Amino acid sequence: MHAARVSSEQSDRLQPRTLGADRVVPSICPYCAVGCGQQIYVKDEKIINIDGDPNSPISKGCLCPKGSATFQLVTGSHRVRHVLYRRPFGTEWERLPLEQAMDMVADRVMRARELAWEEKNQKGDPLRRTMGMAHLGGATLDNEENYLIKKLFTTLGMVQIENQARI
Amino acid sequence: MAECHPVGFQWVMNAKRRGATIIHVDPRFTRTSAVADLHVPIRAGSDIAFLGGLIRYVLENDCYFREYVLSYTNASAIVSDEFRDTEDLDGLFSGWETENGRYNIESWQYKDAEKGRAADSREMFTGEAFSERSTQHAAKHFDSTLQDPKCVFQILKRHFQRYTPEMVEEISGIPPETFEKVAKAICNNSGRERTTAFCYSVGWTQHSVGVQYIRTAAILQLLLGNIGRPGGGIMALRGHASIQGSTDIPTLYDLLPGYLPMPKASHNTSFQEYCEKNSATAGWWTEFPKYAVSLLKAWYGDASYEGNGWGYDYLPHLTGDHSHMTTVADMAGDATGIKGYFVMGENPTVGSMNGALQRKGLRNLEWLVVRDLAMIETAEFWRKAPEIESGDIKTQDIATEVFFFPAAAHTEKDGTFTNTQRLLQWHHKAVEPPGDCRSELHFMYHLGQRLKARYAESTDPKDRGIQSLTWAYPTSGPNDDPSAEAVLREINGYEVRGGKVIPRFTELKADGSTACGCWIYCGSYADGINQTARRKPGDQQTWVAPEWGWAWPANRRILYNRASADPDGRPWSERKKYVWWDEEKHEWTGEDVPDFPKDRPPSYRPPEGAKGTDTIAGDHAFMLNGDGKGVLYAPNGLKDGPLPTHYEPQESPVQNALYGQQCNPSRIEWDRKANPYHKAWQDKRFPYALTTYRITEHHTAGGMSRWLAWLSELQPEMFCEISPELAREKGIENGGWATISTARGEIESRVLVTERLRPLRMKGRVIHQIGLPYHWGSEGLVRGDSANELIAFVGDPNVSIQESKALTCNIEPGRRTRSRLLAGRAPGFEGAWRDLPEARNKPQREET
Repeated sequence: MHAARVSSEQSDRLQPRTLGADRVVPSICPYCAVGCGQQIYVKDEKIINIDGDPNSPISKGCLCPKGSATFQLVTGSHRVRHVLYRRPFGTEWERLPLEQAMDMVADRVMRARELAWEEKNQKGDPLRRTMGMAHLGGATLDNEENYLIKKLFTTLGMVQIENQARI
Repeated sequence: MAECHPVGFQWVMNAKRRGATIIHVDPRFTRTSAVADLHVPIRAGSDIAFLGGLIRYVLENDCYFREYVLSYTNASAIVSDEFRDTEDLDGLFSGWETENGRYNIESWQYKDAEKGRAADSREMFTGEAFSERSTQHAAKHFDSTLQDPKCVFQILKRHFQRYTPEMVEEISGIPPETFEKVAKAICNNSGRERTTAFCYSVGWTQHSVGVQYIRTAAILQLLLGNIGRPGGGIMALRGHASIQGSTDIPTLYDLLPGYLPMPKASHNTSFQEYCEKNSATAGWWTEFPKYAVSLLKAWYGDASYEGNGWGYDYLPHLTGDHSHMTTVADMAGDATGIKGYFVMGENPTVGSMNGALQRKGLRNLEWLVVRDLAMIETAEFWRKAPEIESGDIKTQDIATEVFFFPAAAHTEKDGTFTNTQRLLQWHHKAVEPPGDCRSELHFMYHLGQRLKARYAESTDPKDRGIQSLTWAYPTSGPNDDPSAEAVLREINGYEVRGGKVIPRFTELKADGSTACGCWIYCGSYADGINQTARRKPGDQQTWVAPEWGWAWPANRRILYNRASADPDGRPWSERKKYVWWDEEKHEWTGEDVPDFPKDRPPSYRPPEGAKGTDTIAGDHAFMLNGDGKGVLYAPNGLKDGPLPTHYEPQESPVQNALYGQQCNPSRIEWDRKANPYHKAWQDKRFPYALTTYRITEHHTAGGMSRWLAWLSELQPEMFCEISPELAREKGIENGGWATISTARGEIESRVLVTERLRPLRMKGRVIHQIGLPYHWGSEGLVRGDSANELIAFVGDPNVSIQESKALTCNIEPGRRTRSRLLAGRAPGFEGAWRDLPEARNKPQREET
């Protein structure tokens, strides 16, 4: 029987783009909660590909359309790279240095906390809180990040700390 | 599941190849239906009627797993003589207080049970059910024949006696023959030899009776003996990478890490009182003080000692429901005290209900911080929004200061996600983030550093907490990134002296010698090794795969797995063997980490006066509950009834066929001009049922998908799905435009005329359902109106979740008007269409 030719000289020379990677970093898909394994191929400190992890007993190398688009999610031109600031009544975004923006936020947190501090209720029982600030977090944040959010904001006296997990 | 969790669905297909029957219950025909053995179209909002019908079938036909039910559930417990069922009171349970709009639950208790220590503080809060653990008391009287009319089993039987197949058809639109196929399949696939699993998503939770939906499934699964056994259970298919983690280490108002409640004003004034009210009198939650002290030690270090209640006074106190709906409603009010709002990795103007009200809230703020990968609608609310487009609001009139911080992606930071089966998996940083992009860990750590510096010299007592806060995480790299591993180590816990890592939560102490940021995660860093980063290939270990990642608690993969063995500790069957008692070794053993004290024999019975975990008998498979039993009937912990009851959604095309009480009487409403409701049923202006959902190619509010060309190309435009019958009736064309409206607003979309959505025939009436994916917004590569502009603020009373899966709407052919209908604009909406009984729960802050 004559075997059909499935390659050419040109295709023989092709190599997978992941072949030249400097390292493969194990990761997890950031979309839904199935938790599929991902492998991140890095070359010259840039991500060159993201594949499913065949070792994962959860996903066995598979990724769905969203998971397969992770490469574009993390390397795409849609990502904003600078801190942007809209001043009160402003009509445009302005750039702001990161450190300055962090300082400005810290100042505003302090002010909101001082202005809306509630020490006791009418019965004289402790409240020790501020209702002047609130937080809403997404559910693709890391546990360690949520931990610092809860730890710092709660200690500042914030109680309106919420998450997609209720939605 | 094939649509929204495609890779997880491969296991369902594997099961099918091995002979399992796959049943798909969903208003729309999806990729899941296409490969299921049976698709059951259902009217959105009617699942309790359907599941209640199944419970009735199981009870009437004696299909329940009698030995399991007798040993592991509260079926035989005798309930108070005062209790009256919804059958007796036309849809209300006993204890309804019309003037307060809530239940007094005293009559729901077990007969002769003593009053719980925290019984007085329960009613003021929504929050996690069962949070006031000291209210739980074991039953005093039992009838193991299950014949006593006051026993749970008989109450259950009466409660669901009218949920007949005919009633299921009338309410849910499921024909009796289809219903019977489902009922037979689950009964034939449950028992000693076989198990049945239920999987659900937000289609079950985003309802004004959301918690009771899950309770109905839990009752059914307990009756069939399907909890704690391989192939059984109720699986929440959650939609975000670490949404489970966001509950475990909660950024939720009512919880501290590890499901410890937040302090409640006037009810938890001191640490001692806090512990007393939240510790159970029996079962595992007697350990509560150990976890609370260890948490406070982790947060406040040396400033946490016995003399100051371990630093308890640094924590703020709750005075009611501070959930996001309440917060946003407050923000959108005229007298809001909320100055600032942090939104991190979330897009509420698209993903949360009533977009117009969400944006009104944002306009009232002094400042808003948004952190995300792309420029999402929530950050752009001041210049790109329907009310700006229509000219109702002008950008230059909005005072809110907005900060947009670009976020680092998961590939640019270390950390753990907790997936939907409680599995923590570490993702390693692959590259540095570009430009000013930073992780939330970086943002929070450096914000904390700044605030600690600003408060360092303060002598104000209210600043002592922030001064004492332990915040010494090592940093590294070009951006001074804090070490996520150091944070995980603190979450895991360590000995205060010497810093040795604690291997398991049973070694935590209440004497201040241990620190632990989240007790259920204790062990994730055991032996100083990051257990969550374990990646032993699946094919090199057992089918349970215990060496891939780490599952809480204690790396246990199936919760309540003591129930996989019979009361004597033997597997129910060889086929479903999982965890069992090894008499020779005198210990529990098996495929998984046993969910039970390892050396406690099945025959153990607590001695008189036993305390703490000694109260857990050898057959208490549900040892977190004080009586060790699975809860068929819940005397405590729920605000809307000890048993699930079919109530119609806030807005329904039909009247409640079972009771005079139309909706969940305890639901939370925000009845105001900017959040108008329709008539409760048959509102002629809004005759169609509406449901919302996801599609495979996009992700929730779109922040991670609408900016990606690959995904946008696959699903380029917002659309609605309607049946050919409705299309004909309304003159709407496939591929054309339609305008969908509610009292909150109107949106336009392309139309997909499809048999995937079928009209339901309910007792001669035809109900049309309209389906809307909710991913789109005004920004991104592919744009469209947001479905959630249509949805009202309505909440489940137990957990304050929004009702967005079942409401009513109108649809007309053609595009919307240029100045679209905005909430509250049309006169006469407010209150004018209400015909509900005066039985509703209005959220208000308790007296402070």
